[in-house]
Amino acid sequence: MSNKTQTRSPYSVMDEPHSEIDAATAPVVAPLAIEVADSKDETPPSREVVFDLRDVSVYYGQALAVAGVSLEIHRNQITAMIGPSGCGKTTILRSLNRMNDSVSSFRLTGSCTYHGNDLYASGVDAVEVRRRIGMVFQRPNPFPKSIYDNIGWAPRILGMRDNLDERVEKALRGAALWDEVKDRLKTSALGLSGGQQQRLCIARSIAIEPDVLLLDEPCSALDPISTASIEDLMQDLKNDYTLVIVTHNMQQAARVAERTAFFSLDVSGGQRKGILVEYDDTATIFTRPADKRTEDYVTGRFG
Amino acid sequence: MASLDYTRPLTASGNLRRRRVVDRLMRGAATAAALAAVVILGLMVFAIAQRGGSQLSVAFLTQNPPEQLYAAGGGIANAIIGSALMVALATIIALPIGVLIAIYLTEFATARAAGPIRLALDLLYGMPTIVIAIFILGLLVVGHGQTGFYASLALAIIMLPLIARTTGESLALVPKELRDASHALGISRWRTTVGITIPSALGGIVTGTILAVARVAGETAPMLLLASVFDNTKTSFNIFGQALPNIPYEIFNLAESGGTVNVAKAWGAAFVLVVFVLIANFVARALHHRSTRMMTGR
Ligand SMILES: Nc1ncnc2c1ncn2[C@@H]1O[C@H](COP(=O)(O)OP(=O)(O)O)[C@@H](O)[C@H]1O
Ligand SMILES: [Mg+2]
Repeated sequence: MSNKTQTRSPYSVMDEPHSEIDAATAPVVAPLAIEVADSKDETPPSREVVFDLRDVSVYYGQALAVAGVSLEIHRNQITAMIGPSGCGKTTILRSLNRMNDSVSSFRLTGSCTYHGNDLYASGVDAVEVRRRIGMVFQRPNPFPKSIYDNIGWAPRILGMRDNLDERVEKALRGAALWDEVKDRLKTSALGLSGGQQQRLCIARSIAIEPDVLLLDEPCSALDPISTASIEDLMQDLKNDYTLVIVTHNMQQAARVAERTAFFSLDVSGGQRKGILVEYDDTATIFTRPADKRTEDYVTGRFG
Repeated sequence: MASLDYTRPLTASGNLRRRRVVDRLMRGAATAAALAAVVILGLMVFAIAQRGGSQLSVAFLTQNPPEQLYAAGGGIANAIIGSALMVALATIIALPIGVLIAIYLTEFATARAAGPIRLALDLLYGMPTIVIAIFILGLLVVGHGQTGFYASLALAIIMLPLIARTTGESLALVPKELRDASHALGISRWRTTVGITIPSALGGIVTGTILAVARVAGETAPMLLLASVFDNTKTSFNIFGQALPNIPYEIFNLAESGGTVNVAKAWGAAFVLVVFVLIANFVARALHHRSTRMMTGR
């Protein structure tokens, strides 16, 4: 995994300014994010910023789904997003690789940059974005193809045809699945167990050597043993990738993530919208959160 | 309000008894109606097999009709070849267009664009085939003469909504999650369609195509108008140059000519057609079964 080549060519049209929000219609929401840059403890000082969100709000049609999210996501770390359901974790996660483009009513305001490039600038190719920022979904979704083709299909299309066998093996090893499937690579991926399927989906994502892996509740459909193996896997993966995981399971966030973002629902003003309440080192979020709402949530006193 | 005595024995009481009777009657009527469909099909196949089956022989399938109209012997080989050629050409025309229409509708069109196109396909589906035939006749044949190709065009128009609809249905069955998975790998929409969606729906597409082929193989109206002027005793492969003999027109011609020999041959040709249609349907069903099994991973 160490010899992976990063393609860091800039997007074709990167210098265009991000379209400004119409000041009249945009809600005035103060970003609630807590500054993270100067955290005092073990975080190494020169963390490279991969995603930088500034006052990001997302609308579905007229409805404001998430308001004023500001946060930085750092390289080779696991960042967790937790919070009650409906508070916009999936929405924010899918905004990071433009998976929401397929939702016609989706609209994003604020600035959302990836390695300094505005993800939503005009001229940015969403396909190219996803080429670098992979995603693992809530329910395992292997292709109805063989195990081998599940991994090898995308690299072949993306022009990574050389040593495809090696690439497939490396991806499967990387996802801790090789030993279980090496004798049945030509059989259908749909015959695997749920946990195996999810690891196959992770293998499929890393086979194209992305930069970031977004995981949306990757264990919610899995049993505890499969969950444990995915969590172990994430610890290995963060050496090579930047990981962002949405989870409804607080213990999982506490176990795997260096940084945790707590989202919540804000119902003030008669409007239900998701907000980022607090973002800090995981230990801080779970042991001495700055916000009362975070404390209520992580101690189970929520709702 | 008198409340129910819950300790009473659990046998039917009150209007439950009447509801039971109605229930039985309705179920009986529905079952009888369903059986009627099976009986009608059975009778038809039986009648055709009884009358046409005796005509069936190697000669019937491999020889052309005799030179003399009421002579015994000979077969319908030229009609089988002509039908096969025209249906094949129609499929070659209709399959790619029908699949592209379905792809457009399920993968690319907005709801507003999809509505009118769906409506157009439904109307095309309901269009009487004689109308399609006369459209081709007026547009292409008048002044130029019949060719097998023109008949194929008419058949292709008939096949188009069938293929587009079955393909659309099977594309719609492909889970959105699979498209998401492909998009999340940095694969474009079109490559996703070609590499994931179509292969996942292939069973359904093939099934729909076979059913469309079976449907138009016996289509008669276009043949009457577009492929009825030919030398009945010869085999022709010249699909772009002249009208080709074909099974539906052969049946029509033989049955109408009236002689017992010819009517018997008409039954024989009908039997050949029915056997083809039945086999095509069974193959389509088997494929459909297999592809749904593939999609569910068993
Ligand atoms: N495609 C969509 N269209 C309209 N509203 C949506 C869509 N997806 C999510 N939402 C709304 O956005 C809000 C946040 O949803 P989501 O991001 O899925 O929350 P979470 O993942 O935290 O449960 C919810 O109110 C939800 O109803
Ligand atoms: Mg979610």
